[in-house]
Amino acid sequence: MQVPIEYYLILSAFMFSVGVAGVLIRRNAIIILMSIELMLNSANLALITFSSFMGNSIGQIFAFFVMTVAAAEAAIGLAIVIAIFRNKLTVNIDQINLFKW
Amino acid sequence: MLTEFGKIFIFILVAILFTIIAIYAAKLIRPSRPTKEKLDVYECGENIEGTPWVKFNIRFYVVALIFLIFDVEVVLLFPWALTYQDYGIYGFLVGIIFLVVLGLGMAYEWRKGDLEWARPTPKKVDVKFEKKNLLQTNSQINVESEN
Amino acid sequence: MPQNSQEILLMLPHVVIGVGIVISLLIEMYSKKSETILPWISLFVFVFAGVHSIINISANQILFGGMLEVGGKPAIFNFIFNIGAALLILNSIDYIKKYESNHGEYYILIQSAILGMMVMAGSKDIFMIFIGLELMSIAFYVLAGINKKKSSSNEAALKYFLLGAFATGFIVYGIALIYGVSSTTSVDSIIQNFSTFTQNILFIVGLLLFIIGFSFKIAAFPFHMWVPDVYQGSATTVTGLMSTTGKTAAFSVLLIILSASLINYNIDIFAPYFAVIATLSMLYGSIVAIAQKNLKRMLAYSSISHAGYMAIGLAAANSEAFSGIIFYLAAYTFMNIGAFGIISIIEKQNDANTDLTAYAGLASKSPILAAFMSLFMFALAGIPPLAGFFGKYYVFISAIEADLTWLAVVGVFSSVISVYFYLRLVVYMYFKESEKDIDLHIDKYSLLSVVVSGILVIYFGISPDSLLNLILSVVN
Repeated sequence: MQVPIEYYLILSAFMFSVGVAGVLIRRNAIIILMSIELMLNSANLALITFSSFMGNSIGQIFAFFVMTVAAAEAAIGLAIVIAIFRNKLTVNIDQINLFKW
Repeated sequence: MLTEFGKIFIFILVAILFTIIAIYAAKLIRPSRPTKEKLDVYECGENIEGTPWVKFNIRFYVVALIFLIFDVEVVLLFPWALTYQDYGIYGFLVGIIFLVVLGLGMAYEWRKGDLEWARPTPKKVDVKFEKKNLLQTNSQINVESEN
Repeated sequence: MPQNSQEILLMLPHVVIGVGIVISLLIEMYSKKSETILPWISLFVFVFAGVHSIINISANQILFGGMLEVGGKPAIFNFIFNIGAALLILNSIDYIKKYESNHGEYYILIQSAILGMMVMAGSKDIFMIFIGLELMSIAFYVLAGINKKKSSSNEAALKYFLLGAFATGFIVYGIALIYGVSSTTSVDSIIQNFSTFTQNILFIVGLLLFIIGFSFKIAAFPFHMWVPDVYQGSATTVTGLMSTTGKTAAFSVLLIILSASLINYNIDIFAPYFAVIATLSMLYGSIVAIAQKNLKRMLAYSSISHAGYMAIGLAAANSEAFSGIIFYLAAYTFMNIGAFGIISIIEKQNDANTDLTAYAGLASKSPILAAFMSLFMFALAGIPPLAGFFGKYYVFISAIEADLTWLAVVGVFSSVISVYFYLRLVVYMYFKESEKDIDLHIDKYSLLSVVVSGILVIYFGISPDSLLNLILSVVN
């Protein structure tokens, strides 16, 4: 018996919502970065689900691209966080307030 | 009718319920008389020094970042390795271009010195000053050992 | 795979910039004086790509098995991106020394960003939109924080990165849902079956997430919170690039959605969304800009309100709007690059001289800079014989034709408000005595860039038909 497609989609929508909530609520830059990764991975889950249920492979290839781009983005993000930590010794975005938000 | 996943799900439920019931039953039954010694992290008497949140040297992060990028880019090579023969010389060249660009990034990092394990360069200090410094530290050590 | 020499010729702009990046990287690795060589290489690459695109504008073709479109509409965008970038490179040569981050990487990253934009503008597949967007955004995240010793630059980079990556999350999830319903990623086949797909709620949600993601990138009102901080904190030349070409690239993608509702008549489900965004952005940007003392921050709010004017066209969703938005984007790019160019000339170390007061009495110190700054301010405000006026005019006309007269009225009202803060700068330059002594050093390349932008703004203003006919010839 196969798990119906709705289950996967609900799981991916739930992951996406957790990611969005994490970005909006958490104040630590690293945790915000992790929440963004969660959002991208929920999109990957949705892509692969659609791809396997529709029987065409475009979605899986796209998921590969999303993964690699997410890695590049995470690397850039961590590099920026390191640069800011060297200057300000904090990664709390409430204390990074040279300009008002 | 249960599927294989359903059985696993029941196992998980039973495991979670068992843990919760066991922990709470123990908590209800057992006596609770905490003392300062019992609440210490090391009950054998070692005192705590500082926090366990040690700051790692920043150079670990640089290596981790480089690893992150090059590790994940390999994902694109697996599908290519499986199918490039179907596309003849063109399929081969596409992969080679990708690898050359990756290699170029690698060479760039190497050239810029991000792969070297940066050691703190020894400072050139005035010899006399250094001697005086040494003497000072020696005398300090002496004082400390006397104490 | 390129089939013949004709196709290779057409994809030359992309190839030249790609090869330019590799060569610049090699020069950066092995040359000690890379920062003096690289500006000229990137300048050559950009001018070549821009001129090549505009010459081959009629040769419209789709390459790489339905992935990338060259010639036609993308050619106009490529022209805007490349000429804008070339002008900013001219500014950067002097400015980036003042900003204390004179590295060759700066030029390599600009080339990558422009390549990403060109891929976005020419994409015929959702894949390509995503790849181009990320190529552009990642380069911009680094460019915003190019001076890593400077707190303001760091902060701008962090804020831009967090909100940009957040928007990317929305876009990717939207793409996943769109793909799930349409089971293809080809833009053309999605547009053809648009009316059947729109009956599926998942498709609407996916498209909405996609549009929200791009609303972040165009800096429209409810998603604008990163704009002022990032524009103020980044290097002035980088801000110039982000606010003009970056916005143009995001709009080039939104225009695809517009063309979807153009081909399938009477399906503009997102018109109310764009109308609300346009109204809020215009009014918010114009009103808050009045309170700003910092010129870069003021132009950031002005950028929000300009995004609102362009979104009027998206709400109107007719063919006039299509050409109007492209005209507006071209005009906005050149007048904003000119304005940021002058700011970059006057700015000194440590973000000094970006306040309004630094411009007091500029007319007596440097009449030519003051004249050009007033020209750009008049153009941004939309005063008649200049490019900015015709951009607004075409967009408002399209709104009136689409029975959205109230939106055009709000637009005119907001323009009237915005005249106040644009002209305040002109008043400062001509009618105020300078309070502090500012030694002006006018670099000749920066001046050249400002003059070229000024000439383009005047030319598009005096004969808007020349550009508009070009746009109309590719749109139809």
